[in-house]
Amino acid sequence: MSVRESAVARPPQTDLLASGGSAVSLPPTPRKARAGWRGRLEIGLLVGPALVMFLGFVIFPVVMAAYYGFFSWQGFGVPTQFVGLRNYITILEDPTFQQALWHNVLIVVLSLVLQGPAAILLALLLNRKLRGQSLIRVLIFVPYVISEVVVGTGWSLILATNGGLNGFLNDIGLGALAQDWLADPNIAIWTLMFIITWKYIGFAVILFLAGLQGIPEELSEAAAIDGASWWQIQRRITLPLLGPTLRIWAFLSIIGSLQLFDLVYIIWGQYVSSTAGTSTMAIYMVTNGRNSGNYGYGNAVAVVLFLISLIVALVYQRFVLRRDTEGAITGEGKKR
Amino acid sequence: MTATTAGSRPTHRERQPIRWGTPVAYVVAAIVILLMLAPVAFIILSGFRTNSQITTNPAGFPNPWEVGNYLAVLTGDIFWREVLNSLIAGLATTAGVVILGLMASYVLARYKFKGRGALYATFAAGLMFPMTVAITPLYIVVKNLGLMNSLTGVILPQIAFALPTTIIILVPFLKAIPDEIQEAAFMDGCSRIGFFWRMVLPLATPGVITTGILAFIGSWNSYLLPLFILNDEAMFTLPLGVQAFSSQYSVDTARVLAFTALSMIPALIFFSVFERRIVGGLTGAVKG
Repeated sequence: MSVRESAVARPPQTDLLASGGSAVSLPPTPRKARAGWRGRLEIGLLVGPALVMFLGFVIFPVVMAAYYGFFSWQGFGVPTQFVGLRNYITILEDPTFQQALWHNVLIVVLSLVLQGPAAILLALLLNRKLRGQSLIRVLIFVPYVISEVVVGTGWSLILATNGGLNGFLNDIGLGALAQDWLADPNIAIWTLMFIITWKYIGFAVILFLAGLQGIPEELSEAAAIDGASWWQIQRRITLPLLGPTLRIWAFLSIIGSLQLFDLVYIIWGQYVSSTAGTSTMAIYMVTNGRNSGNYGYGNAVAVVLFLISLIVALVYQRFVLRRDTEGAITGEGKKR
Repeated sequence: MTATTAGSRPTHRERQPIRWGTPVAYVVAAIVILLMLAPVAFIILSGFRTNSQITTNPAGFPNPWEVGNYLAVLTGDIFWREVLNSLIAGLATTAGVVILGLMASYVLARYKFKGRGALYATFAAGLMFPMTVAITPLYIVVKNLGLMNSLTGVILPQIAFALPTTIIILVPFLKAIPDEIQEAAFMDGCSRIGFFWRMVLPLATPGVITTGILAFIGSWNSYLLPLFILNDEAMFTLPLGVQAFSSQYSVDTARVLAFTALSMIPALIFFSVFERRIVGGLTGAVKG
């Protein structure tokens, strides 16, 4: 499953996080316990397969990653060459990794800054009465549905030095603007950001539209009667009430950006991405782990990537999503 | 503007015609759509050109239209084999996720037993483990199971990684039926399993469809896992195939464009058929 695809499937997670972990304890179901052997057998038969699959393919590998990370290991047999924390020290001292980490940070920040405002404006625009509104929604969502590989292959052909974009610029007399969009280290990261925005903004717009539709119309109507302008209504009423949706989207975007792999790997490949300044931690992990046969090292990178994502997720939950748990904004809105 | 917003209030009974809105909105919408679709159109149109056309004028229209690229891809067996592989992986993943997810969600939603909360928490915790992080050890697990180079080696982990989302979406659906109805059904001699088939499943259908679609799209577009597991070209899924094709025929740009364009089509058809479900599912999940 690609990085952002898991983001589609992700909203419930934020639901889980937003409720401050309380979602893990289910509300009590008022029913008499029926702990007969038959009941137990049913439970076992029904949950068993899912649990075995889940523990075997999700939990076990993650636990093993932490274990393998302490070894120098080529992926054959049982790891024997224990190296302690040396893998981790190498990772953190490697300038290539530091660059990749820095690119990830850039991508996180730029994704929020570029996609957020644009998507809000589009959602506000589309939330008004427009002819052909549903068609516009579908079309904005198209890039999101196409797989990263196809998107990457297509864009790398368009953006090649002799590709479609430079050709188009020449045709309309702006040939001076033609660039080496993919290889120039000053430009490549912006090219990547453009492609990311193009691919994922539809997701943000759809989320925001869903959020906007949850805001009662009476609020803006009342404000309009009191003489508020359209912009005032959006700024004072709509945006604050959209807060929870915005924070959920930001969370998904941050996690997705930290895990970014497919697009960069397809367009730049494992070697070019570091010279073009677009490598990410996941690229580093695959390049220095599997592709060079150092499985112990690759697992250590996975652990680092996981810990960074986990810390970011926990901090975000603690300081940002928490407001939603307390209902600071939604509750207030309802009270009014 | 204010007048438009306030005026759209449906005070009277008769249906108001949809308003046209401002020209600005249409201009912006048009520009955005152009930006969204131009690259897609470029890929599809360029597939109808020859390589010499593309070299002399990279951004031109096909002149004359050349269908050979598309025909070559469509009549070869590579494309169809990869479509078939992707289809098998997608359908098996979807079926597995839905069946296992429903079974587990049913227990979590409607059985009362010790450790139920802990079980739910275990599945929910899976959301914190994206496949990118687990991919290296996952590869080793699959290798030790002897499933390298087989679609099964892709399908099983995909099912496992899709389970947490599925369970979290499905449990509320399965909880929705009031307990009184369940008690009444039991009183009339309905077994738990019978209750599942007759009452719970029909009511959970929207949730099942949403999770199924998410699982299928995820599998269809998945790249990282197949990249690790499938080495043999005969087993390649479409995303791997697109990449392999584009490096193998890197000089034949037109053919690569045709291949890329064709591999977009299944996803686009799938999306246009299920568009309401997909958007609705996302909406529901966020509101949840």
